[in-house]
Amino acid sequence: MTQAIALAAALAGFWVLLSGYWLPLIIILGIASILLCVYIAHRLDVCDHEGHPVHLTVPGLWYFPWLVKEIVVSNITVAKAILFGGVRPQVLRVKASQSDELGQTVYANSITLTPGTVSIDVDNNYITVHAIMDGTADGLRTGEMDQKVCKLMGDPVSESGSAKA
Amino acid sequence: MAAALDIISWIFIVGGIAFCLIGGYGLIKLKDVYARLHAASLIDTLGVGLILVGLMFQAGLTLVTAKLALILVFIFFTSPTATHALARAAINHDVLPEVDTEDEREMVRSTKTPSEAAK
Repeated sequence: MTQAIALAAALAGFWVLLSGYWLPLIIILGIASILLCVYIAHRLDVCDHEGHPVHLTVPGLWYFPWLVKEIVVSNITVAKAILFGGVRPQVLRVKASQSDELGQTVYANSITLTPGTVSIDVDNNYITVHAIMDGTADGLRTGEMDQKVCKLMGDPVSESGSAKA
Repeated sequence: MAAALDIISWIFIVGGIAFCLIGGYGLIKLKDVYARLHAASLIDTLGVGLILVGLMFQAGLTLVTAKLALILVFIFFTSPTATHALARAAINHDVLPEVDTEDEREMVRSTKTPSEAAK
């Protein structure tokens, strides 16, 4: 129920931002569309904590800026490697310590979003990663991103490095 | 003030163009599918990101800026999915990365989707 209300609120905000009109007809059409969408989402059973993870909003405020910083740093690293050399492709397996599929999806997506690393498979709590050079691969071997995602998801954070080459 | 905003905006846009160009160059220069994916991800993170931020400075505090921000969010959520799909397609057609050791190649080969292998 919380998710359905949050979805309706998000859709309402989305509608207002994209249309920018306050005519009665447009608003009524908007409300009708929102109700239809929420009904379909409910019927499809995607209106749960996975399809619409509102509980991640506040922890996300800490995680997202960190991810953007990582993206900027590795963009510069990869750009340098393309221009001046240093490319050494490698494959590694890293542990995904998250307790549910949503957490592993967030982790795998973050790996792919960061230039220099692409997650090519998720299996039994391990993610197979293709990295373009030593620098970007080492960032995953230390397990820092893994721990950050655990923290975001509210999973227990282990102290020792959990990555495996 | 307007001139300062213009200068900031242009710094971001030119930076974005630079990353797009480097990404495009890498796309041609690098040797296999997997390495080229990394070059492409330069374009759809900082390349697109910096250009959109530059355009936000041009638009100011208007509805256009909010729409640009939404575009950025959607690209950030969808581009990893496309990248992953490309990698999966390559694996399922037995394209293996050019890496140093046979172990690493085997690691990739073992992730092939079973139903595809059975065909």
